Amino acid sequence: MKSSRFDVTVLTLGFAFLYIPIVILIVYSFNASRLVTVWGGFSLQWYQTMWSNQGLMDAAWVTARVGVLSASVGTVLGTMAALALVRYGRFPGRMIFSGMIYAPLVMPEVITGLSMLLLFVALGVDRGFWTVVIAHTTFTMCYVAIVVQSRLLTFDRSLEEAALDLGCPPVKTFFRITLPLIFPAVIAGWMLAFTLSLDDLVIASFTTGPGATTLPIKIYSQVRLGVTPEINAICTILIALVTIGVIIASISTKRTELRRLQDEHLALRTPA
Amino acid sequence: MAAVQDIDTQDKGGLGRLLVAGLPYLWLLLFFAAPFFIIFKISLSDTAIALPPYTPVFEGFGAIGDFFSQLDFENYIFLTDDPLYVTAYLSSLRIAAISTVLLLLIGYPIALAMARAPGSIRPTLVMMVILPFWTSFLIRVYAWIGILKPDGLLTLLLHGVGLLGPEEQVQIFRTDTAVFIGIVYSYLPFMVLPLYSALEKMDNTLLEAANDLGCPPLKAFWRITFPLSLPGVIAGSMICFIPITGEFVIPDLLGGADTLMIGKTLWTEFFGNRDWPLASAVAVVLLIFLVIPIMIFQNQQKKVA
Repeated sequence: MKSSRFDVTVLTLGFAFLYIPIVILIVYSFNASRLVTVWGGFSLQWYQTMWSNQGLMDAAWVTARVGVLSASVGTVLGTMAALALVRYGRFPGRMIFSGMIYAPLVMPEVITGLSMLLLFVALGVDRGFWTVVIAHTTFTMCYVAIVVQSRLLTFDRSLEEAALDLGCPPVKTFFRITLPLIFPAVIAGWMLAFTLSLDDLVIASFTTGPGATTLPIKIYSQVRLGVTPEINAICTILIALVTIGVIIASISTKRTELRRLQDEHLALRTPA
Repeated sequence: MAAVQDIDTQDKGGLGRLLVAGLPYLWLLLFFAAPFFIIFKISLSDTAIALPPYTPVFEGFGAIGDFFSQLDFENYIFLTDDPLYVTAYLSSLRIAAISTVLLLLIGYPIALAMARAPGSIRPTLVMMVILPFWTSFLIRVYAWIGILKPDGLLTLLLHGVGLLGPEEQVQIFRTDTAVFIGIVYSYLPFMVLPLYSALEKMDNTLLEAANDLGCPPLKAFWRITFPLSLPGVIAGSMICFIPITGEFVIPDLLGGADTLMIGKTLWTEFFGNRDWPLASAVAVVLLIFLVIPIMIFQNQQKKVA
């Protein structure tokens, strides 16, 4: 193509724009100086102060538990929703159902957060850890549903049909055939749900209560006071965790894909 | 599609199916749909100094008559009376519209370049666009504070290059410009990915045919590539425009005192002034503004699925 130099320039600039701020943030977490503009030499002291900051560590623990719980429940509910959307054809209320799956993806968080809070107040539920879990489950399940749905749409159903024809009950067919085949999408959905939960400031701020301060809420309250290398340190650790997670996930999906291809080859070669 | 449905109707286990569809359905009805009715209801009630800080309008289903007699549009009248709110709504829509155009202008060339890249490196490029999206929104906005601050890295860089006098500082932080930078930076992956998936599917033979028939590349782009990528343009624009309108974190951390955005107003009304009914009214009006974009988005998604 003639314009490939243009393409390379565009991509270079685009990725520079996306990555340079993050790289700067990481680099300055190792800065011995407290000032952003002064490089005072390499130091791990901010990681030490971060580690000994009890409030920050408590918030991290709350966030991790909220993330695991809401991502897990959200993945189960989201996978069910995806199955219903792709497999059940038309059913009563389908329009509303798919509407409720897509709307949370674009709904401004202040609206979702406020409306959930008012629901909890109306129901007389004390706000705290569990209300945040419920709120996060609600919006993450929609993301999981979209991810799993796209996998189900490109799914070869002949294996499933074969199992059903051979008298395998539907539930068993799901766990033995369908679930293993859509598993990479389910895992990707879980990871997306977990990072979204880890990330959320606005909805958590509305639905949280005493004793359930999440990490974004903590970071936000410190960021408002100014830039400190300690925040850079905790951000760097979060970025590292997410990057490692994404790399492991992509390697494992590649591996399962490879194994699936090998299995198919084997199945084709084996005489019936 | 018909064949698929035939198989489905043969499925046994009606109870199982009911459970699979019913559980997420009920969950969303209870925790996503029902709250909107509550928000609407509370927006019509009075503020009270108590916990919860409002007087309920609606108690039980037998009181529908009472409900209508107590309806109180005071909060809505207040919203239209006070120019602060009207300005905040208009300014949010303006910022969201400008940002969406900026995102399109920046995102389109990137998506196009990705789609024209050799097939072997495309998955890596997609991965590289997605990866920043996995890192926290808050962190990405925070990263820009250190760059844009008057004594931040941009000032340092421009001093070094000599574009800025030693006494001068970059005056971007806490202005609308900083908000635009923050929004474009945070939402870029959401714009690039739908555009890319539309462009990637495109049939290249169309462009070759245009080329063979003597159509200049730029004209071919406008007559073929762009119209075919329109679904991606619409999807990307809606995915960005709708949440940006209600954005809170970016205007709060990067914007100035005069950056009015309705998400920030709602937040202040709720957490600062503890006026829940007014905050609810703000949310309801924002939702009314967004109904049409959300419907366009839903329609688009249905076509894709």
